[in-house]
Amino acid sequence: MSTAVATADLQPRVSEQIVQLARRSILRSLRQPATIIPAFVFPTIFLALNTGGLGQSTRIPGFPTDSYLAFYMSTPFIQGALFATINAGSDLGKDVKTKFLSRLALTPMPSWALLVGQLAGVLTLSLVSSVWFLTIGLIFGVRLESGIPGAFVLIGLATLIAFAVSSIGVMIGVKTGSGEAVQGMFPLFFVFIFLSSVSMPRPLIEQDWFRIVATWNPASYLIEAIRSLVITGWDGVALARGFIIAIVIAVLAVSGATKALRNRFTRT
Amino acid sequence: MTRFFDVAWAVAWRGIHNFVANPMFLLPAVIFPLFFFTAFAGGLSGIANIPGFDYAPGYTTFQFGFVIIQAAAFGGVFTGFSIAADFEYGFTRRLMLGAPNRFALIVGYAMVAMFRAVLVWTLLTIIALAVGVRFHGGVAEVVGLYTLAVLVNIAAVMFAAGVATRLRTMQAGPAMQMPVFLIIFLAPVYMPFDLLQGWIKEAARFNPLTLILELARDLLAGGPDYHWLGYVAVLGALAVFLGWAITGMRSAERAGS
Repeated sequence: MSTAVATADLQPRVSEQIVQLARRSILRSLRQPATIIPAFVFPTIFLALNTGGLGQSTRIPGFPTDSYLAFYMSTPFIQGALFATINAGSDLGKDVKTKFLSRLALTPMPSWALLVGQLAGVLTLSLVSSVWFLTIGLIFGVRLESGIPGAFVLIGLATLIAFAVSSIGVMIGVKTGSGEAVQGMFPLFFVFIFLSSVSMPRPLIEQDWFRIVATWNPASYLIEAIRSLVITGWDGVALARGFIIAIVIAVLAVSGATKALRNRFTRT
Repeated sequence: MTRFFDVAWAVAWRGIHNFVANPMFLLPAVIFPLFFFTAFAGGLSGIANIPGFDYAPGYTTFQFGFVIIQAAAFGGVFTGFSIAADFEYGFTRRLMLGAPNRFALIVGYAMVAMFRAVLVWTLLTIIALAVGVRFHGGVAEVVGLYTLAVLVNIAAVMFAAGVATRLRTMQAGPAMQMPVFLIIFLAPVYMPFDLLQGWIKEAARFNPLTLILELARDLLAGGPDYHWLGYVAVLGALAVFLGWAITGMRSAERAGS
């Protein structure tokens, strides 16, 4: 009896395990400026260049706002999530390669807890970058039609999207055990963003085939949900679509990543 | 002179072989320009409805002019990555032992860049023609367009070679890519110069690539006006970056790489 109690005392609770892994994940992100800086700099550069180059698009009859910056504001949040994905997957790929994951497999830690802990750094990065992009927009004159509560919903949705998409990165990282494989997925994610309503509202896309692709592309609805908070206000349909798609991606990716982790642990 | 071209050809042959034999190099080089053409010409086609958009051949042709020049520039830059990698792994050091005139190495890499670009242009042109892009000028305009693209390609590879020969590491990638990326996107990429507004119009006004892009689009449209200064801009850039690449190679020779 006393031995069992002693053993239980020695085993940290799952919450403590998650906190320790989350701390490691956050510190690891902070200690790699090379991975943090692109997540802020590149979406900001794209925001500046595209809003400058496409500013006159608001003169297209039927364009939903007279500020292209407000229209395009949703994009950096998605791009930030993309960079977070690459970071999360690459970090886990490294953990597989350096056998850190194999050592964790010797502990009683459940795989889902490992996943949550690993994603803490990414979520922190996503949260900070969302605040950064929002601040940039506000400084350059964007006013959120959904007001201050909308800003919180926007940051919450952006973080949920980052969590969902990062879980895909983790799944690939664990399955392949290679950071390079995750980096190799970057162009594919990039394609998803480009073939969406990122630069133009879907009804104003003239090429039929592109409009159809954008309509079937889930990235369009993630972008449109964030965009609605900026230029429309409280659009229940756009928000519902965005949240549902983000949640579905998160559930599928987390299940896939957890399964991949379990398989990896079993092999270990 | 024969020796010079022997060395250049040997470097080119190796580079072309690596490029063609390795899908990791071949596919992105081919797919990305096609993707940009598809995404811009398709997704932004509504721009043709902006009052004042008066490019007669249409928005798809407008974007085709951009993608040809972009593929030329990035084809040169990506070849710069190979130069940097060869320096980092010590391959260039061995090559330099067998090359009396080390600039032959740069010429060899430029031939690789040209091969890459020609391959991409061929595919792009076939697809563009299939989706309705038409050359509204005559043979002279077509030759003029691809000559312009060739000059951009050589200027870009000389710029990238200058960076690669000075830094001699693959970490020089962003230093080659970012300036080219910025100069490209600070030009009238999405809409004609006259429709730009604000800070980007001022940036585009002083960006030499604006003249090059406008000339490419004029040549596709068959006139009636041509921004001939585009050739002056690209020849000027070529002269500057040729000097940059030659001095870079000398710097590498001095460093014993």
